[in-house]
Amino acid sequence: MSIFDYFRRKPAKRSAAIAKERLHIVMAHEHRVVNGPDYLPALKRELMEVIAKYVHVSREDIKVNLERHGDCEILELNIALPEEKETAAAN
Amino acid sequence: MSKVIVVTSGKGGVGKTTTSASFATGLASRGHRTVVIDFDIGLRNLDLVMGCERRVVYDFVNVINEEASLKQALIRDKNDSNLYILPASQTRDKDAFNEQAVGRVINELRENFDYIVCDSPAGIEKGALMALFYADEALVVTNPEISSVRDSDRILGMLAAKSLRAINGDEPIKEHLVVTRYSPVRVEGGEMLALEDIQELLGIDLIGVIPESQAVLQASNSGIPVIRDEQSRSGQAYRDMVSRFLGEDVPMRFLDVEKKGFLKRIFGA
Ligand SMILES: Nc1ncnc2c1ncn2[C@@H]1O[C@H](COP(=O)(O)OP(=O)(O)OP(=O)(O)O)[C@@H](O)[C@H]1O
Ligand SMILES: [Mg+2]
Repeated sequence: MSIFDYFRRKPAKRSAAIAKERLHIVMAHEHRVVNGPDYLPALKRELMEVIAKYVHVSREDIKVNLERHGDCEILELNIALPEEKETAAAN
Repeated sequence: MSKVIVVTSGKGGVGKTTTSASFATGLASRGHRTVVIDFDIGLRNLDLVMGCERRVVYDFVNVINEEASLKQALIRDKNDSNLYILPASQTRDKDAFNEQAVGRVINELRENFDYIVCDSPAGIEKGALMALFYADEALVVTNPEISSVRDSDRILGMLAAKSLRAINGDEPIKEHLVVTRYSPVRVEGGEMLALEDIQELLGIDLIGVIPESQAVLQASNSGIPVIRDEQSRSGQAYRDMVSRFLGEDVPMRFLDVEKKGFLKRIFGA
């Protein structure tokens, strides 16, 4: 076994730890999505349509998030508006 | 009171059918009247693992469509009069499944059996949803592997949202984690998720750890559930799992790398 093999082996040894880390992140995300109410995707779509009537924003600039803090649910709507100039030009 | 137990996983090929066959066989051997149902419509497999494939005349879909009675379709195990198998159909008529019809069959079975074990197909489609719909308890079969853990998590979400208990707002389905194809050597090497990691990620109680073992393949080749192989580690692990399910306090085994003796190392296990 050459010294290079030794270095190459190391990451493989830790790959289970990487898997665990990735699972933590992806599962937390999926819990938020899956546990959201059924109307969330439709609400998101309709909001987008309304907003698009007034400002030019792309899909990625609108974030709809539902978060739960204990008994309280917060619907968060986050729209990154384009620069003034661009809006003016668009109108 | 009879109990309906679904054996589910989301991901395919993780050991649901192997677990259903051994679990049902174990419950029956402990004196409980048990039936195991194959919900994998179109891909009948449980009959092979249980060794009754040549005795299938009618199947689950025939019973659902009222083309046969339960009595006609149920196959009695050749070794244990407490154990019955309801095989899947080989026609891919997935529409055969509807809640009312499956419910009618389950209710009829509840009158005659202590335990009704439902071997779920893979995925999160109709077949898998039907298999878990009437469940009181669930065995969530998981391999120590990244996609299997994620899929088990999805299935836990389904159990909590799509089952009859969830819809009625009854007490939730009791969930048990079964880790199968566990390989202590590979966990020790850091290339396979450890038991503690899987438990921490999924957050449900562990009821059994089944080691990776050649005996499983041999058992399905011969149509004898591996739990009947008293010599094998996986057979013993399934036996322990059944005892825990029945409320006994049995410590987990086969979690550490097997220290092979000198002779074993030379002649094999
Ligand atoms: N503990 C084990 N050790 C070794 N092999 C195993 C073990 N458990 C299951 N297997 C093998 O894995 C394969 C898949 O098992 P099985 O059919 O039980 O999975 P499944 O979850 O029912 O699959 P499907 O999703 O297709 O229904 C089979 O070849 C079986 O022999
Ligand atoms: Mg199967």
